[in-house]
Amino acid sequence: MRKFDTKVQYLKYKVLTEVARLAFRGELLENVNNIPKTIVPGKEATMRCCVYKERAILAERVTLAMGGNKSNPNVIEVIDIACDECPVGGYEITESCRGCIAHRCEDACPRDAIKFDDEQKAFIDKAKCVECGRCAKVCPYSAIISKKRPCENSCKAKAISMSEDKTAKIDNEKCVECGACVYQCPFGAIMDKSYILDVIDILKNSRDNKAYKVYALAAPSISSQFTYAKLGQVITGIKQLGFYSVVEAALGADMVADAESRELYEKGLLTSSCCPAFVKFLRQDFPDLADKISHNLSPMATLGKYIKMRDKTAKVIFIGPCTAKKSEIHLDAVSPYVDSAISFEELQALFDGKGVDITQATEDVLDNASYFGRIFARSGGLADAVRQGLKENGIEDFEYKPVSCSGLEECRTALLKLRAGKLDANFIEGMACLGGCISGAGCLTHGEKDKEQVDKYGREAYEKTIKEAITVLK
Amino acid sequence: MKLTVCIGSSCHLKGSRQIVEQLQALITENALEDKVELVGTFCLGACQTGVSVKIDETLVSLRPEDVNTFFEKEVITKL
Repeated sequence: MRKFDTKVQYLKYKVLTEVARLAFRGELLENVNNIPKTIVPGKEATMRCCVYKERAILAERVTLAMGGNKSNPNVIEVIDIACDECPVGGYEITESCRGCIAHRCEDACPRDAIKFDDEQKAFIDKAKCVECGRCAKVCPYSAIISKKRPCENSCKAKAISMSEDKTAKIDNEKCVECGACVYQCPFGAIMDKSYILDVIDILKNSRDNKAYKVYALAAPSISSQFTYAKLGQVITGIKQLGFYSVVEAALGADMVADAESRELYEKGLLTSSCCPAFVKFLRQDFPDLADKISHNLSPMATLGKYIKMRDKTAKVIFIGPCTAKKSEIHLDAVSPYVDSAISFEELQALFDGKGVDITQATEDVLDNASYFGRIFARSGGLADAVRQGLKENGIEDFEYKPVSCSGLEECRTALLKLRAGKLDANFIEGMACLGGCISGAGCLTHGEKDKEQVDKYGREAYEKTIKEAITVLK
Repeated sequence: MKLTVCIGSSCHLKGSRQIVEQLQALITENALEDKVELVGTFCLGACQTGVSVKIDETLVSLRPEDVNTFFEKEVITKL
């Protein structure tokens, strides 16, 4: 069964796995320079112009797999030698233009930017064009295409531009670290930093959980991942890596839903604070609305805090779909509660780096949260959970009007309306990824079935209400 | 006295919530809030025999139906 969507992910996984394998054995330092050749051993290039370039890029990936550039605070980095310097021309008319008579492109253009040469073939006056794409939609020959870079296209925070040497450049002031570009770049030229070495160190130094206990906080989207094995086997696998216990981050979501519903009732208007990329986006692009952000820590941090309150020496590691979580753990408000964060891609690499075959593992159980905590993983789930929270807290004299924003573009629209006083809602659920966490950049696979999987996993929860799930937290 | 109830997945499925609720009720009923501290923790390392409960540092295994007897014998008498 296939584990990844793309070959770019597979390549990154091979690097992460090799780094993990050597680190688990304590042989990384002396062998780190051999990793590129281990992955590309032959003389024939299969990806780039020559094997030497392939290996040079792999060496950069190794650096990122080992934590990346320490002087760059952004967890997302461009591997400039891997960037193919895609054209950035925007809309262009191709050879397929037949110089027809109808000239629908001309009629559709709101800026009078379509011109014609002597053969009646169209061309675009770039001084007038605003890249709206209407001409492309109406051309009967599909002769007009957009040459926009996939990275720029995917970046809804508008943080990616072209540097002077034509490679992609990330503006750290605008980037929200959602990782969309990481997943979308067809050359794998943008990658998220990995903290797997920190995790392996934490696990090793725990001396089989005797020095301290290592807790894994598993995000609920885990239910849509590792589809080649059973969830219970994934849990056993995580413990075989050396974790003491696996706890559902969704229990933190239950805690958040309960607190957030009360906060909403008190304040009357609120945005969610669960998605670190959304929160960063709001703070950067809408600083005037920052006071509307819920004061709750994210589910990850909320539960991390609880665990550390009960077990003072505990180490807490988040495992999820998210690249922005890797940045969230460095925030002052969060860093005392969560020690590291890795993605599902990286968990797969840790399994294979240590030789843990989850398909052969026995099935363990994972059950701490309610249906509502679990459905936080998909768009609309948080808003449903807050509705339930209001109900369970007996809040009846409040007209709840949520808006669920799936993806940064919907978030931006809702925030613009809020700023203009035209938003017909009093709760904004902001998720930077389209569809919510299940589409996070650190997922192994992204697909239509993922939402169903999360809902199914939600329904399997032993606890049916939020209060039932959180009563155990005495 | 500190009662620590395991709320890890395995014990949770075996009824740790019911046990926490029952203990909470018994503590309130007997007005022992000042003397008995009730807390939850994730995994006490005895998943097979759960629900695991620690009386200070002593680990015992408990089922929801045995909570009343447990409270009388192990908690009230030893305060």
